[in-house]
Amino acid sequence: MPVSRTIAVAMSGGVDSSTVAAMLRAEGHAVIGLTMQLWNQRRLSGRPGMPEAVRGRCCSLDDVYDARRVAEALGIPYYVVNHEERFERDVVRPFVEEYLSGRTPIPCSLCNNHLKFDQLLIVAQQIGADALATGHYARLEYDEGRGRWLLKRATDTSKDQTYFLFGLSQEQLSRTIFPLGGMTKPAVRELARDHGLALAEKPDSQEICFVPGGDYKKFLDAYLADQGEALPDTSGELVTAGGEVVGEHSGIHNFTVGQRKGLGVATGSPLYVIQINGDKRQVVVGGQEQLYSRTLRTHRVNFISIGDLHEPRRVAVKIRHRHEAAPATIEKSGADEVLVTFDDPQRAITPGQAAVFYDGEIVVGGGWII
Amino acid sequence: MRRVYLDNNATTPILPEVFEAMRPYFAERFGNASSIHHHGQETRAAVERSRESVAALLGCRASEIVFTSGGTEGDNLAILGLVREGDHVISSTIEHHAVLNSCKHLETAGCEVTYVPVDGNGLVDPNDVRRALRANTKLISIMMANNETGVLQPVEEIGKVAAEADVYFHTDGVQAAGKVPIDVHRIACDLLSISGHKMHAPQGVGSLYVRKGTILQPMLYGGSHERSRRAGTENVPGIIGLGKAAEIAKEALDRGDLAQMAAMRDCLQEGILAEVETIGVNGTGAPRVPNTTNIHFDYIEGEALVIALDLKGLAVSTGAACSSGAIEPSHVLTAMGLPPDQARASLRFSLGKQNTPEDVEFALSLIPSTVARLRELSPVYNKAALST
Repeated sequence: MPVSRTIAVAMSGGVDSSTVAAMLRAEGHAVIGLTMQLWNQRRLSGRPGMPEAVRGRCCSLDDVYDARRVAEALGIPYYVVNHEERFERDVVRPFVEEYLSGRTPIPCSLCNNHLKFDQLLIVAQQIGADALATGHYARLEYDEGRGRWLLKRATDTSKDQTYFLFGLSQEQLSRTIFPLGGMTKPAVRELARDHGLALAEKPDSQEICFVPGGDYKKFLDAYLADQGEALPDTSGELVTAGGEVVGEHSGIHNFTVGQRKGLGVATGSPLYVIQINGDKRQVVVGGQEQLYSRTLRTHRVNFISIGDLHEPRRVAVKIRHRHEAAPATIEKSGADEVLVTFDDPQRAITPGQAAVFYDGEIVVGGGWII
Repeated sequence: MRRVYLDNNATTPILPEVFEAMRPYFAERFGNASSIHHHGQETRAAVERSRESVAALLGCRASEIVFTSGGTEGDNLAILGLVREGDHVISSTIEHHAVLNSCKHLETAGCEVTYVPVDGNGLVDPNDVRRALRANTKLISIMMANNETGVLQPVEEIGKVAAEADVYFHTDGVQAAGKVPIDVHRIACDLLSISGHKMHAPQGVGSLYVRKGTILQPMLYGGSHERSRRAGTENVPGIIGLGKAAEIAKEALDRGDLAQMAAMRDCLQEGILAEVETIGVNGTGAPRVPNTTNIHFDYIEGEALVIALDLKGLAVSTGAACSSGAIEPSHVLTAMGLPPDQARASLRFSLGKQNTPEDVEFALSLIPSTVARLRELSPVYNKAALST
């Protein structure tokens, strides 16, 4: 029987975090359920492309209702905390600006760094919790030898979420618990059923919580209109890598590296977006082979298993959530910059995404692709 | 766990005497007050006795009392029942949402609304109300006591402004009823809404004072209940509860019992001020109802303090809860000029008749240490501490 602790659980109203709450409660811990109110789904409703009413998404009333019902069934105290202002400042606004600068952002990592494992962790401690537990699929362990907390891939590699957690500090990790790291999703659902949770069969959420229907372009329009701002004109030229102008485009935020459709250029062979040049508002297009590149640079780097990178190191690097980590060498290329050199060229390296470095199942660290 | 409830501006427990008075009207005396037979006559008589009790509390005639489902309905009926397209309304920035959102609705229906500001103490200036008057001003709606700060508005002076201009005057008396004496003639109002559950009667009942001769367009269409001002079979147990609570409230006010509540509130407030640094009372320079104090605890999130205290058994509140249950920054405190950080750091403590000096002691035993823990973990507090 583990020692009883006071643990706050970040409850989204989904199966994973609900099961975490049920597990910890069954283990005899004092559990406090917390849900972050991050975004008012009604704020943009009624604008073009935005649904009239939003159901079953992060921060929707339905999810809060579900989380509250679970807390009630488990007999644990439950609270909703409002972090809308911070979420807009640290997640939504950067998301919009990244697209307008020609990059492809990952709001989930920003939310983890600035909200879940920052604001919510502080609240958890303030209200007397020793730790914050979440439903992330990742494992954590303390390595006595290194004197560091190690973040490791989930046993269920198909559910592994370490890619979104590379930005966490040792301090944050030391106060975090990921009870699902060693479980598979079916096992979690089974456990949810065992605990009698009514939402055991609730479908997984996949999309970005504040972008209804996953249409980020419509979201940009609606958000900027809500702010009373005009969508800036980011239209410009479609050029080849050699600088030849082959057409025009409607705005760099409509493109992402690797994209094939919607270029509006008729050529013999398929064309892909190989680069977006935000300064010149140019979208560089080319053949499939030009999408491959052996190097990338990252900045705003965070290390987890090591204190710093003093010499080149062999790792495997993941450049997007659904990318298979590829062998590479990482080395410092500036004060807060790491150069990644892959053994084999990788397809569609996309600025704005994260590059996360792995040593086997251990997360060495990661940074944002420049 | 010992639990102490200091959130009586949100709702109050039903007093035992009130509950006893209501009890027969759930099953035994169940009649429809509109029925001709014995059962109907029995409840009709009880409803009318309650109407007299409520009228006595407000200093009006029984025929001027319309029973409603609560404060929100009373506010809606007063405002929407009176104002028509093309009319102008004067309200304030610190009203309850029942008034504010009724006014917002009017703005979408061809009416204009002026929201007069408040000063740093949360007070409306009657001269601002006078200056806001227009030829087409139909109604002034300004609350008696604010729900968050407890600040009492100069309603008698506003009543004079309204009378001089021959404009209707509605006042939301929900947070004043039972806490300060109310006399509709001194206030010179035409409409005054109260709510049962803020004064130890049940939730789901309230009343609206409608001065004789004031014609309201009803909100509900149906039978001729409440002299055709509010259709629908009366909520008899609720009305009986409201009547009994009004009686008890009037007796207490007449005896001067509220001085004890004010003393208890002051004891709580002074105790907190003595034990915690960098805090202040919101609206302290204005007259307030005797049961409320609103305090800003700088460098922390009021929301986290409410949760931390609740986990230790003390129920207090901050701001207004939105539909998810999360807390929104208070429009009242922001209107008083508090910076957003300070508004978010503010907590409301509100006493009820059931509270004892031991409850205040319990609160004082928890608050300083809980605030200290929050500040210890607050990035803003630590930054502020470093810079001094």
